Amino acid sequence: MKLSKHGYFYLLWMAIFIAIPLLMVVYFAFTTGDSQNITSFTFSLDNFKRFFTPIYIEVLNKSIQLALVSTIICLLLGYPVAYIISKEKLKYRNVLILLFVIPMWMNFLLRTYAWLTLLGKNGIINYFITKLGFQPLDLLYNDFAVLLGMVYNFLPFMVLPIFSVLTKMDNSLIEASWDLGANKLKTFLKVTLPLSLPGVISGVTMVFIPAVSTFVISSLLGGNKTYLIGNLIEQQFRYTGDWHFGSAMSIILMIFILISMALTSRFDKAKEGEGGELW
Amino acid sequence: MKNKKVLFLIATVFILTILSGCSDDRQTLNVYNWGDYINPEVIDIFEDEFNVKVVYDTFATNEDLYVKIKQGGSSYDVIFPSDYMIERMIREDLLQKIDLNKISNIKNVDEKFMNLDYDPNNEYSVPYMWGTVGIIYNKNLVDRPITKWADLWDEEFKGEIIMLNSQRDSLAVALKKLHYSLNTRDINELEEAKNELIKQKPLVYAYQGDEIKDTIISEDAAIGVVWSGDAVAMMRENENLVYVLPEEGTNLWFDAMVIPKGAKNVDLSHEFINFMLRPEIAAKNAEYIGYSSPIPKAVDLLSDDLRNNEVAYPDFDKLNNTEIFKDPSDILQEYDRIWTEVISSK
Repeated sequence: MKLSKHGYFYLLWMAIFIAIPLLMVVYFAFTTGDSQNITSFTFSLDNFKRFFTPIYIEVLNKSIQLALVSTIICLLLGYPVAYIISKEKLKYRNVLILLFVIPMWMNFLLRTYAWLTLLGKNGIINYFITKLGFQPLDLLYNDFAVLLGMVYNFLPFMVLPIFSVLTKMDNSLIEASWDLGANKLKTFLKVTLPLSLPGVISGVTMVFIPAVSTFVISSLLGGNKTYLIGNLIEQQFRYTGDWHFGSAMSIILMIFILISMALTSRFDKAKEGEGGELW
Repeated sequence: MKNKKVLFLIATVFILTILSGCSDDRQTLNVYNWGDYINPEVIDIFEDEFNVKVVYDTFATNEDLYVKIKQGGSSYDVIFPSDYMIERMIREDLLQKIDLNKISNIKNVDEKFMNLDYDPNNEYSVPYMWGTVGIIYNKNLVDRPITKWADLWDEEFKGEIIMLNSQRDSLAVALKKLHYSLNTRDINELEEAKNELIKQKPLVYAYQGDEIKDTIISEDAAIGVVWSGDAVAMMRENENLVYVLPEEGTNLWFDAMVIPKGAKNVDLSHEFINFMLRPEIAAKNAEYIGYSSPIPKAVDLLSDDLRNNEVAYPDFDKLNNTEIFKDPSDILQEYDRIWTEVISSK
């Protein structure tokens, strides 16, 4: 492989910031000992053995379930939004997509904190509910709040790639479909939807990965009452100081993400060459 | 070619930024303290008086601090660990001895805060703040006064209780409820405490860290486990709050100033520690953050409200059923397992 000067720079960059940290995580995962004293490390599979006990599997299960549900909700909400915006006139379209992106200019943590004041027992939502004469709702510190936080934070990652594919789609294909006598629904199902799949797949991965590994949302909006795998990893690094077990869990999570990406990209391959490229 | 020009420009800006950072030829002192744990004015005064620059960083837990110091690479001159962490750092040879001859203001510190178990001769540490752990509750939201840890297991308060999202502190609550030592290493006692926490979980509204202040102040929950200094700050915001030291006894803690090995500016570290022990400076800090100063002359300078506040300055003789945390590093794995089991229980 021949690389240009810039190519070597990127290679170095990738080595320092991607390859070496990853190798260190792998190294920590397969050793035990005092995490802060590298001479004490001994090879061991104990970290993995420890993970594959019911208590940790249950946590992984829960994380995957919540991430899947939030990805599905994001897709159900995000696809129609992307579709509607992409059908708008050019000048409105850009304004609308800008409105979608603006909240992302604000810090993610800040936006999550904002939900605390909205959902709390004396929060803004419950204020209106009680004003209308209903019983206040228990909105915060449960799975509902965690899901809401995930959907809210990650929805733009679903909308943007789908929108991008839809706007780049060749309109003449749709016109051809109409010419050939297909109605709107049929055109959507047979032409638009299949052609937009690369965007959908990209959106699904971009929502699923941060959702399955989040720890801030479950901590702030879930009140730490249920741990996700991200919380477990954080706990190992920040409180217990067992970097070996934390690394092993990170590896396991990485493997799950790789599997899910492999599955989706296989789906993607099947459709390759048919429709609008994503980027 | 255009790319190269851009690259060159970026490199120039980058180098200039680095260089401009060095243009300040004053000595620097690197301080690493808890978040929200100093009066910022105090840093300005120190900088002006000694003509130095203070680089001030903050951490959220003793464990964060420990990892950073143990890893090396960071050269802090003064850090602020708590009792059990000082014990551990001394044992692992991470701290250097403080020359008390250079700390003339050490005489200001009350005798009862000197020579404690975590550093028997104060060779390594000088006290900064102290306090207790207790229960804060909103007297308008509960029907009866709360007096003991066992009240946190009362069905009546379902959905109103905030526990600390901290393995050690929450286990300590359960252990004290059972009248065990919070430093116990007896696995049966720890298991019993675990079962208590699992039993309590359905009643708990959330396990929180610093957010607990907002939750209690805004009356989203009625009862919480808090540190005394936070309680003082919270009671300033909401007058319905009451802080109690539970009957079963509780945790008494100390945060102190220490100099880690590898500090670059040891003389200045001593100056800083000595400066922080001046009564008027200690008073500024205590007034600002609400935590309790171990310096009687500083306490005299506080506002009447704070000085007479029994939360911050309880009668020390009444604290005889309190315990100080000991270094738990040998059973951290057990704590971790127990806490994970508690959190993942239904």
